[in-house]
Amino acid sequence: MFENLTEKLQRTFKNLRGQGKLTEENIGEAMRELRLAMLEADVNFKVVKDLIEHIREKAVGQEVMTALSPGEQVIKIVRDELVNLLGQDTARLKFASQPPTVVLMAGLQGSGKTTTSGKLAHWLKKGGHRPMLVSVDVYRPAAREQLKVVAKAVGANIYEGEVGDANTATVERLAKEARREAVNSGCDVLVVDTAGRLHIDEQLMEEMQSLKSLLNPQEILFVADAMTGQDAVKSADEFHKKLSLTGVVLTKMDGDARGGAALSIRHVTGAPIKFIGIGEKYDALEPFHPDRIVGRILGMGDILSLIEKAEATVDKKKAEQFAQKALAGDGFSLGDFRDQLLQVKKMGSLQSLIGMLPKIGPFSNLKNVADKVDEKEISRVEAIINSMTPHERDHHEVINGSRRKRIARGSGTTIHEVNQLLRQYAQMRKMFKDMGKASFARKLAGMKLPGM
Amino acid sequence: MIQTLFGSVEPGFLDRMKEAVTRTRENLSERLEDVVSFHKEIDRATLDDLEATLIGADLGTTTTHEVLDKLREKADRKQIKDVGELKRLLKEELLAILTQGGPQPVQKVEGEPEVIVVVGVNGTGKTTTIGKLANVLRADGKSVLLCAADTFRAAAIEQLEIWGTRTGTEVIKTRPGGDPAAVLFDALQAAKARHADYVIVDTAGRLHTKANLMAELEKMRRTAQRIIPGAPHETLLIMDATTGQNGLQQARLFTQSSGVTGIVLTKLDGTAKGGVVVAITRELGLPVRYVGVGEKAGDLLPFDPQSFVDSLFE
Repeated sequence: MFENLTEKLQRTFKNLRGQGKLTEENIGEAMRELRLAMLEADVNFKVVKDLIEHIREKAVGQEVMTALSPGEQVIKIVRDELVNLLGQDTARLKFASQPPTVVLMAGLQGSGKTTTSGKLAHWLKKGGHRPMLVSVDVYRPAAREQLKVVAKAVGANIYEGEVGDANTATVERLAKEARREAVNSGCDVLVVDTAGRLHIDEQLMEEMQSLKSLLNPQEILFVADAMTGQDAVKSADEFHKKLSLTGVVLTKMDGDARGGAALSIRHVTGAPIKFIGIGEKYDALEPFHPDRIVGRILGMGDILSLIEKAEATVDKKKAEQFAQKALAGDGFSLGDFRDQLLQVKKMGSLQSLIGMLPKIGPFSNLKNVADKVDEKEISRVEAIINSMTPHERDHHEVINGSRRKRIARGSGTTIHEVNQLLRQYAQMRKMFKDMGKASFARKLAGMKLPGM
Repeated sequence: MIQTLFGSVEPGFLDRMKEAVTRTRENLSERLEDVVSFHKEIDRATLDDLEATLIGADLGTTTTHEVLDKLREKADRKQIKDVGELKRLLKEELLAILTQGGPQPVQKVEGEPEVIVVVGVNGTGKTTTIGKLANVLRADGKSVLLCAADTFRAAAIEQLEIWGTRTGTEVIKTRPGGDPAAVLFDALQAAKARHADYVIVDTAGRLHTKANLMAELEKMRRTAQRIIPGAPHETLLIMDATTGQNGLQQARLFTQSSGVTGIVLTKLDGTAKGGVVVAITRELGLPVRYVGVGEKAGDLLPFDPQSFVDSLFE
């Protein structure tokens, strides 16, 4: 886990309050931390250099505000700068005035072109379009078969055609035929899935160029893997030079990559990131939100991802019941507490969950807690609660000394550990009940979450 | 393609000396000053250059800074003033990381098939690598059985079957959406019955963050162990050379759930250097076994640490 950038910046600025201005000297350390954070997130090192220069220029000379700490102030400058760089364009596709609109998918091998083509067709269908898919990947074994399965799954038309030799002539013929077929069958968008290719493969890049002049596509989307490292600038730059990309799709964003490639690609191509892929299902394509990914790149947490992840795994009904119980009336029981822990366990490691939270404000101590809590701790707590009788779980106040001894023995822990759990439970219970009393929304609003 | 792995050799210390001496003779006072200032410069500018090179090759900041710190120490101790010599030391440092002893494949029981499980995130080149690996083993006169345990991705089974035809190996498969552990069971039974030398298991690409899919890999491991003692003997993590720092987390989590014993670095024929494997080997000790350098059956080479390290500086 990376130490949080915000935390680091706060530290470097500890002594800055009271000074009038941000200067070259007093932001030097912060810029070094920022550089490391961006490099760890796979932003290309040359891009990092440019960005830091830019941010430094912006920051130096600014008055130290009273409302924000200097650390927060720099974070704000950085965030605004990066969001600005990534642009506000979201999922807008250009459509042809005279259908069919042609969307050409381009990218390296394994970036996710075929899956994305299917998702795009699904998205278009939802928007009331009639997409047609065609694969001109005559090279990779079973690539065309793959798109056929995908098309069937999303219920989109597909042009299959006859493949003769695996060469550019075949590719061009298939593309032409597919376009004619789209017109004949009343499809208004043709999505062309192409073979993955290396940006330095001249022959195959020429093939892309000839596809472009043949089809005159409204959109040429560069499909890029969010896990890409420093090389992202080279491949994106080369694809852009040869094809003038109109947009980027960033795939595999459902992993834990920080996604610095987004900045690199945008920086060298200027093409907007239009979509992100967030799962293997065909509806897992989303419009791109610059502010979200900036938080992720800078390690400032991604609350929204966390919520999505929680939603995907947590049993909603149970969670609602828990929330109701916790916030009102008698509070939640030890049994409820155990159920919640099991949900957390299902979501994955505690550390990775905590990593999605911003480590400031109300969550500032969570990281320390998470580092201390090893995952076995959850199992231990589970064992302790399992060793209680149902009555004890509902009425923790009856657990006296001899019961504690029995529970400790039953769960293979010590009385000390049982005591500790009971104390924590009582605290949490009280906390939740208090939250229920005061308006929860107001409390939340009171929590300052810089960067979100 | 492959030439990128074997670059031109840096001019050695003697060459540099010779050059310096000739130039010095031409204009003694001026040149001498240059050389002296050059020596002073080794610390900052040179190290910055080396840092950019390593980070640009995806070694990551932690590994890069650790390696450079060690280098600085050594350079101080040995009073190194020459950039070429400095580079040589740096390469030595990287080689030491890459060649440290790591997990070895489990020795198979005589007469039983050796099981190789291939894992990795989506789109790294698992199926293609399996085709190439089958090709290598077939050329070596071994009998190989392929197991299509990627029952999830559209047309993954067909893709493996085409590789099966190309390399003359049989593919054991089930219907799309079937249970991967079940097809693995069938494949291992078949391999035993036919006395195959190798079984190579293709698994569905999965992000290491998906706990349920990672648990599926654990289940497959248990299935393999039940049928063939010691299996899987080798678990190869396929790593795309374009992968950035996330590769480290991939290696950690795949090792946790599927006991990775080695890495195959694919797509090294592009411009990406694949330096994240240095970070991986440094932390987890996982050796790189093969590199993929193209889409043809013959484009799989045994990993050569020396030429890999050289390629980082090209």
